Amino acid sequence: MREVDAEGVDIEAVLKDFRNSIHAWSDATLSRPRMVKAGFPRRNWRLATAWALGCILATGAMTGGVLERHHRQELARIAVEQKAAADRKQLEEQQARATVSDEVLLAGVDSDVSRDVPSAMEPLAQLMADDGTK
Amino acid sequence: MVERHRPQIFRFLLSSTREVDLAETLTQECFLKAYRNWASFRGESSAMTWLMRIAINLQKDHWRNRRMQFWKTTRTNSVDMDEASEWLPSGESSVEQQLLARERVKQVWHSVEGLSERQRTVFLLRYVEEQELSEIAAATGLSEGTVKAHLSRAVARVRLELGGKR
Repeated sequence: MREVDAEGVDIEAVLKDFRNSIHAWSDATLSRPRMVKAGFPRRNWRLATAWALGCILATGAMTGGVLERHHRQELARIAVEQKAAADRKQLEEQQARATVSDEVLLAGVDSDVSRDVPSAMEPLAQLMADDGTK
Repeated sequence: MVERHRPQIFRFLLSSTREVDLAETLTQECFLKAYRNWASFRGESSAMTWLMRIAINLQKDHWRNRRMQFWKTTRTNSVDMDEASEWLPSGESSVEQQLLARERVKQVWHSVEGLSERQRTVFLLRYVEEQELSEIAAATGLSEGTVKAHLSRAVARVRLELGGKR
């Protein structure tokens, strides 16, 4: 007795058709004339292309990395040099300022010293101031 | 031996993979393996069962390797379900009946594709190769009870597909 499901599908008939279709397909494939692929197989070309692309990408990435590293090192070197130059300049300015102020201070001291006359010498100083002679 | 068993082995591999080139390659590998290991064949089962076991292992390895591939190549040589279901002998039925039969075969293909590896193998051995449960058990290395269970689930799935798409 044939098995028919609730939907009315004859399962056995369907499976028989399925079997027949595979048998027909298989027989047709086995009896067809064979084509021999000559030369380099296509899959190998694909593989070779994939490898070549992979190598190019890897080389590019490595070169880019090296260049980027070199660029960063150069930037860091320039920054260090600029900082050192700025520090040097600042130090020189400070030294220059310090020298000037020392000179001014000494001049002031000299002036003060020159004007400061002990009280015992005051009459002589007044005489020198009046006529400019001893 | 090759001439006698090649059509059946090829047919099983073709229905399992749905790729003509792959099925041919695996069939060649199957016979090459059998030739190399002929000394280990003890004759406990028939040569066909032994060859089928090799073929099952080969297609299993193939799917496992394919899953492991980093990039999955598209199935350029695979035949889609429309084309696979075209191979239906016309017989004496009407055009309408033929169309209906093709549609049903296509649905079976669809449901077979959704089966697990074991279910598919058992289903194809039973309904395409028309093997007995004991032969399927010997070829797959499963017990008859397990084969029966896989077959039952596979048929239920096919039935569901056929019933649901009416």
